[in-house]
Amino acid sequence: MTTLLNVKDLRAYYGQVQALHGLSFSLNEGSLTTLLGANGAGKTTTLRAICNMVRSTGAIEFDGKPLSNRSTENIVRFGIAHVPQGRGTFTTMTVEENLQLGAITRKDSAGIVSDIERMYAHFPVLKQRHTQQAGTLSGGEQQMLAVARALMLRPRLMLLDEPSFGLAPLVVRDLFGILGKINREDKVSILVVEQNAQLALELADQAYVIETGRIVMSGNAKDIANNEEIRKSYLGY
Amino acid sequence: MELFTNQVLAGIATGAIYACMALAVVMIYQAIDHLNFAQGEMAMFSTFISWQLMQWGVPYWAAFVITLAFSFVAGIAIERILFKPLAKAPVLTNVAGFIALYAIINSTAGLLWDFTIKQYPTPFGSAPFLGSQLISTHQAGMIGVTVLLLLGLYFFFQYTRIGLAMRAAASVPESARLVGINTSWMIALGWGMATAIGSIAGMLIAPVVFLEPNMMGGVLIYGFAAAVLGGLTSPFGAVVGGFLVGVFENLAGTYIPGVGNELKLPIALALIISVLVVKPAGLFGRHIVKRV
Repeated sequence: MTTLLNVKDLRAYYGQVQALHGLSFSLNEGSLTTLLGANGAGKTTTLRAICNMVRSTGAIEFDGKPLSNRSTENIVRFGIAHVPQGRGTFTTMTVEENLQLGAITRKDSAGIVSDIERMYAHFPVLKQRHTQQAGTLSGGEQQMLAVARALMLRPRLMLLDEPSFGLAPLVVRDLFGILGKINREDKVSILVVEQNAQLALELADQAYVIETGRIVMSGNAKDIANNEEIRKSYLGY
Repeated sequence: MELFTNQVLAGIATGAIYACMALAVVMIYQAIDHLNFAQGEMAMFSTFISWQLMQWGVPYWAAFVITLAFSFVAGIAIERILFKPLAKAPVLTNVAGFIALYAIINSTAGLLWDFTIKQYPTPFGSAPFLGSQLISTHQAGMIGVTVLLLLGLYFFFQYTRIGLAMRAAASVPESARLVGINTSWMIALGWGMATAIGSIAGMLIAPVVFLEPNMMGGVLIYGFAAAVLGGLTSPFGAVVGGFLVGVFENLAGTYIPGVGNELKLPIALALIISVLVVKPAGLFGRHIVKRV
């Protein structure tokens, strides 16, 4: 298996405050990896550092190419789609415009049209609401839209920041089912940050546990889920 | 009754100019969250460029198009040189930047073309429009050009990818960057377009107010009033606000005793204050809710 994303000694700063203290991890092509940890552990910061949305040092390589010192909008062009915390919906635009924006860096208009149809097949509710303002969608629908918007890039890697946040348990199950399907069928590698550790471990194959800006545990998702000590001390269930 | 119709139509004609200025103000406000106090001076300078071209013998419409292109490039240059470095600066720093720009452009125009009033031609003539005494061909032309411009802008923002990208960059910049939009260049493009729109307003109003370095002062205040009335967050509102302010200004000047021509401008200022007190978001604007 080849390494798609390799993060080495990542340190990130918000002003004078250091949020990540030399964090290293890697993600294999085709895998579904989860980053777990409590509030404030540095999960979101890690994702933001990958997309250069926060000041950081260290080496981040994607498919062997360094991402450091590239702008956020350039990093997207490598095929990295980031679904930010809070979903980042373009609330004043229609559902369909949100999907078109996901593909704004692509030039193949025929491919974009067919991909929008594909998204409607994945998420039928979006088709029903395609002319509606995205801000009028429910939280779950907006999360579906955010995932669909990210997929419109035809990404190689999708970064998801707390997709379960604020959603009803049934909706979360649904969403995670779709994520698993996208990972298997569309061969999109996924890095998902979650507070809902139990669910994320069911879905993922690899897992890392972060505490105060450092990786404290890594391994096969099943092993971590079965290790009672880790679960109790770090994941709280 | 004829006086009333006449005043309404004339109001729509000048309202078209206010709509353009308001639209230019709103476009820049949407992009960088600041009011461009120099918008009027930029339009004035563009108008002088077109006048100079015509002095050199360039026909009207060629000068018009060249001026549009010049304004577009100049707007981008101003953003890149002056306001991009100020992007993260406090509000007052930006305000100082706008005032500096205002003063520089105003004095430069005065230096190059001096402060005497100049005649500015109209390509439409000033005969009665379609034989009617109600409106002149130039006024009809002002309305016509503005309507064409607004339709063009509507199609640009609604149906082109770059228009979509510009709207996205203005509404949620962070998400826009995450889908790969270069938001910094979208802001520059917004400046270019706003400056070009302003230059159209300048060239259309110059035959009415005559050409001189301070010609846009009053027009810009009406433009601000229009933008505030329609809502600073709504381009559509800015346009509606422009026409409303134009008509309101004329009717107030005609029918409210004592207002006349001299007190028209304070009316625009009173309008700005009333809207800000009664309905700060304007007729079509959104309330900005910020998390703290």
